[in-house]
Amino acid sequence: MSKWFDPRSTFGMLLIAAVLIALPFVAALGGQAWVRIVNFAILYIFLALGLNIVVGYAGLLDLGYVAFYAVGAYTYALLASPHFGLHWPFWVILPLGAALACVFGVLLGSPTLKLRGDYLAIVTLGFGEIVRIFMNNLNAPINITNGPQGITLIDPVAIGDLRFSGTSQILGISLSGPQKYYFLLLALAILVIVINQRLQNSRIGRAWQAIREDEIAAKAVGINTRNLKLLAFAMGASFGGVAGGVFSAMQGFVSPESFSLIESIMILAMVVLGGMGHIPGVILGAVLLTVLPEVLRYGVGPLQMALFGKMLIDPESLRMLIFGLALVLVMRFKPAGLWPSPERKRELSEKRTGAA
Amino acid sequence: MTVLLEAKAVAKHFGGVKALRDVSLTIRQGEIYGLIGPNGAGKTTFFNCMTGLYIPDGGGFDFAGAPLVADAPHKAAERGIARTFQNIRLFANMTALENVMVGRHVRTAAGVLGAIFQNRATRAEEAAIRQRAEDLLHYVRIEDRADDLAKNLSYGDQRRLEIARALATEPRLLCLDEPAAGMNATETEELRDLIDGIRRDGTTILLIEHDVKLVMGLCDRVAVLDYGAMIIEDVPAVVQKDQRVIEAYLGA
Ligand SMILES: Nc1ncnc2c1ncn2[C@@H]1O[C@H](COP(=O)(O)OP(=O)(O)OP(=O)(O)O)[C@@H](O)[C@H]1O
Ligand SMILES: [Mg+2]
Repeated sequence: MSKWFDPRSTFGMLLIAAVLIALPFVAALGGQAWVRIVNFAILYIFLALGLNIVVGYAGLLDLGYVAFYAVGAYTYALLASPHFGLHWPFWVILPLGAALACVFGVLLGSPTLKLRGDYLAIVTLGFGEIVRIFMNNLNAPINITNGPQGITLIDPVAIGDLRFSGTSQILGISLSGPQKYYFLLLALAILVIVINQRLQNSRIGRAWQAIREDEIAAKAVGINTRNLKLLAFAMGASFGGVAGGVFSAMQGFVSPESFSLIESIMILAMVVLGGMGHIPGVILGAVLLTVLPEVLRYGVGPLQMALFGKMLIDPESLRMLIFGLALVLVMRFKPAGLWPSPERKRELSEKRTGAA
Repeated sequence: MTVLLEAKAVAKHFGGVKALRDVSLTIRQGEIYGLIGPNGAGKTTFFNCMTGLYIPDGGGFDFAGAPLVADAPHKAAERGIARTFQNIRLFANMTALENVMVGRHVRTAAGVLGAIFQNRATRAEEAAIRQRAEDLLHYVRIEDRADDLAKNLSYGDQRRLEIARALATEPRLLCLDEPAAGMNATETEELRDLIDGIRRDGTTILLIEHDVKLVMGLCDRVAVLDYGAMIIEDVPAVVQKDQRVIEAYLGA
């Protein structure tokens, strides 16, 4: 950490708080679309830190994480929309979605306990796809999920009379819908950061890391690896469930399309790219991978027009190309992630001096 | 003398290889018991059966008066059996201190909720875990490496760290699988003192070792395995002179 700025000092805390409070208003200057992008960045921080428990701490390569996100999203959608005519309050549905996702986590976890690495990745990948396909096809014979059309007109989050959709006045300040969600998401993100941090330096967190490092040695010192792996799956899944619920409410619309494999891969990429198991790294990864594609989306087309006077390459393909290239470069030159934990960093630099 | 561990006709085979043929032995409370034999004799396999890593094909173990149920390895540690590995198995990317702290897992109780809410009991337990781990690093004399990643420790220090981690589980029986392998004479001498100290502090020790001098000098009793079968169990002076043992080692 640089010397001139210590985030742990009172001044540092106040500065961070000020920036975070100002952010949705600054972003709004560029239009509400940017507030939404910021919101998604925070939602992905939440998701990535949930997955970090499974992948970063316990070392279980999970490629089906989006399934839990989907479970949470559909739980919310079905219980708070005209589809079934149910309009439960969000503070009932979010915990319920988390609990359901948790059950799914255990469901996925129990048959895969003996698998590791690539094998686990394949099974979890399949699981993610199965959930998505279910969502796609559960519209007949009884219409539960409304199939590929998805569910619309989902209730926004509401606290008392305060609905999170549309603009409202709070303490004389006018807040747009996305700005209100921003503060809700921020609160959730802070919660998940604290939980991650506390778990990391706990008896359970250390046991997870031990399993990640050497499962046999972990067993030999008396760690019940089966239960602890299930616990990691369940906890990660619950976070996914909460994120899904907020996503549903914020978008007002869900369909199976939002829960494809690429989504799981993106979340995993955030964890790996940022620095597995290191909270600031994971946050950085989530922010970069949400904001970068958007910047490219708005930047690539106009840039080509300015440089060549016409569109040479379809902006969408170029965007993905640059994005992919950036990922490859990071992994080539910073294999431990952009912001690895100090220990990992020290280890890599020691290796380098050792080789010299 | 009370018996701590009794192996009763333990058998284990891998396909056609009979790694253990009805091995029976008893380890008494408070002794250092040596297990020796040529390469491939089945020593490590015996450890693995005892600690639940392998399920024996026949026979079983009694530990402290009750049978050891070989269905889950973590239960052996719960019962009070700790071990080190022939090819060191540390938690490579965790610090030395964290490695030992993990060893406290089985004797502590904090759960997820405790971790999240940081209640008083959890904080007290965490402090105790840390204190105990620091003490153990000091005990095996690598306290100055506490914050280094396990994988960056020297070979000898890694062996010591593995012992500290095993001791953190408060074992009644400590099983060491070739702890002196790859050590020079001074390191072996220091290791000897360490093992002797652990025994004096009340932990029974089962020692697998190729260094015959170390075994004979340290152990109260020694068993010799050859091709999976036990050929003798006696005090070092007798074992050393036994014709069958000499033949086994000379490969006659
Ligand atoms: N997991 C396994 N699968 C197949 N064969 C095994 C396995 N483990 C051990 N063996 C075989 O069992 C026999 C005994 O091996 P073990 O490792 O117990 O010997 P050891 O006495 O520890 O030898 P060393 O002194 O070389 O460590 C050997 O023939 C070995 O090849
Ligand atoms: Mg061996």
